[in-house]
Amino acid sequence: MRPVQASDALLEIDGLTTHFFTREGTVRAVDGVSLTVPAGKTVCVVGESGCGKSVTARSVLGLVDEPGRVVAGEIWWRRDGQAPVDLARYGPKSEEMRRVRGGEISMVFQEPMASLSPMYTVGAQLVEAIRLHMPLDREQARERAADLLRRVGIPRPEERLDAYSFQLSGGMCQRVMIAIALAAGPALLIADEPTTALDVTTQARIIDLIHELQAETGMSVLFITHDLGVVAEIADEVVVMYLGTVVERGGVDEIFHDPKHPYTRALLGSIPRMGAGTGQRLATIRGNVPHPSDRPSGCPFHPRCGDAVAGLCDRSDPPDVRVGPGRTARCVLHENADLIGDDGQLGAEEVQR
Amino acid sequence: MLRYIGRRCFYMVPTLFAISLVAFAIIQLPPGDFLTAWVTRLESEGEQVDPAMLDGLRQRYGLGEPFYAQYTKWISGILFHGDFGESFEYGRSVSSLVLDRLPWSIGLTVFALLFTWIVAFPIGLYSAVRQYSFGDYLATTIGFLGLAIPNFMLALAMMYVAYSVFGLSTSGISPLTIGIAVVVLGTAGTAGMIRVLRANLLDELKKPYVVAARARGASEKTLVIKYPVRMALNPFVSTIGWVLPGLVGGEVIVAQVLNLPTTGPLLFSALRTQDMYLAGSIILIVSVLTVIGTLLSDILLAWLDPRVRLGYR
Repeated sequence: MRPVQASDALLEIDGLTTHFFTREGTVRAVDGVSLTVPAGKTVCVVGESGCGKSVTARSVLGLVDEPGRVVAGEIWWRRDGQAPVDLARYGPKSEEMRRVRGGEISMVFQEPMASLSPMYTVGAQLVEAIRLHMPLDREQARERAADLLRRVGIPRPEERLDAYSFQLSGGMCQRVMIAIALAAGPALLIADEPTTALDVTTQARIIDLIHELQAETGMSVLFITHDLGVVAEIADEVVVMYLGTVVERGGVDEIFHDPKHPYTRALLGSIPRMGAGTGQRLATIRGNVPHPSDRPSGCPFHPRCGDAVAGLCDRSDPPDVRVGPGRTARCVLHENADLIGDDGQLGAEEVQR
Repeated sequence: MLRYIGRRCFYMVPTLFAISLVAFAIIQLPPGDFLTAWVTRLESEGEQVDPAMLDGLRQRYGLGEPFYAQYTKWISGILFHGDFGESFEYGRSVSSLVLDRLPWSIGLTVFALLFTWIVAFPIGLYSAVRQYSFGDYLATTIGFLGLAIPNFMLALAMMYVAYSVFGLSTSGISPLTIGIAVVVLGTAGTAGMIRVLRANLLDELKKPYVVAARARGASEKTLVIKYPVRMALNPFVSTIGWVLPGLVGGEVIVAQVLNLPTTGPLLFSALRTQDMYLAGSIILIVSVLTVIGTLLSDILLAWLDPRVRLGYR
């Protein structure tokens, strides 16, 4: 166990490993993920479907569905002026975990319509969230609920409190979900692909809303997405995931302008660009993402990697290499400074756990 | 809500009309009219029938007139005077005969339904929340046994046990007999109900709104009862519609075995002796009650589920 350093990191995930024990075998959905979320910053986790980004997010709050389980790793949560706690040690049904959920760390999900129960008004569900974490009576909670709805940009909030989820649009439902997430003024908001199910114009508005609310409240945001456009817009820091592992971490500008890992480069290369030559094929990453239960040996990306070194990448796990301040890349290409090339500032220094 | 109930009641009218037509058609079904059959039987027993009285009866039931005229006479008698006609077998008015027995039938059915719910609900809930546990397998096994064992068999077995072990007689009206009837009728629906609740709840437990409620810090117990169970109750309530006719049908045999004065055996004997006014009336009343039961379940459903109430879905 690494000693907990004093840092400005609000959330520090270290070596998180979440496996699903299915009848067909163990699925290593998250396999040793480390990342930090600094206070007041937005960290985006990007990656293809099935790379474990959602499971990572859910692991933080102990919301992994059966038969999944966090089997190793630490999730250090630093509350203001309090000793850090390891959320991975709290039982998923424990009282302590329930206080953290919604109170200190909130979560917004992919399907806003399905995330609200159609049997209760959105107001009832919002009031529930408020009263779970704040000592307010029904009246006060309702007032706060209306305020929250106004803050997330819902017109005529007093009337909307009595609406049901099926009477609202997807975008409105997501605003309600965000209001529920903000109910008790959390320090961290985890947004798990909150715009995937929405249409494009609504997507932009929801992302703007999250961005504004973050600026207003100073909370941190852990944003899970597969949309690099969104990342460029809101991220301070980026975590790139592939097959349950973090392949690269860094500031948003560094990641976009100077990607180190071949996967990040390939990912950025496959963004279609306007006017980038008509009649040309879109760049793709060759091959498919292997199923997590059928992970290649060595570096998980080597079968699809253009720079793979035979006999090395398919044999041994690549080291997590520090390629700059606050930057890591999990690739043998950066193991020696020589291999990095002209970028003089980057002394290759290994981060050891 | 009121508009919903109003609309639902309005839809009942054509259904009730169709039911009354069928019931009347059953009354008309035997060859010749029933008066002829009755007279023939009386005469064969050596009794004389007063022709004046015969004419009076003919007049009263509109015999010899076309179908629609007879139907109108019959249905208006029921609607405006509560007159269902005369049972020739018992020599009493059908309404008094049925009124004697109907409360027993309704009581038995309602208690059997309550029994089904009270037993099925906790078991179904447990089976879903603790899926694949020992208790789940046990409940499933007993449930299937309950489905497979015929009603009358269970009734006979319970009567035997009550008599041989406890030395109690189980025939006619007594709390014990009624209790046995309720249990026997109830268990038939229970197994199916457990399966329905378990399957629904298993679906609902994985829905995103459950995870979302968990993510806002709701405790596991409150959240399961408040969200998925509330959703899984819908089919529970809807089942009133299809459990009621089943109970009414199943009741005939059980009441026969236990010798209970319900409408089931009455209908059975009426059909055997071609006492068609009695038979038709019982069919009519039981069908109408079933329609009303369905209406009640629909109203209950609307009250429970805002999507039904507000006309979505």
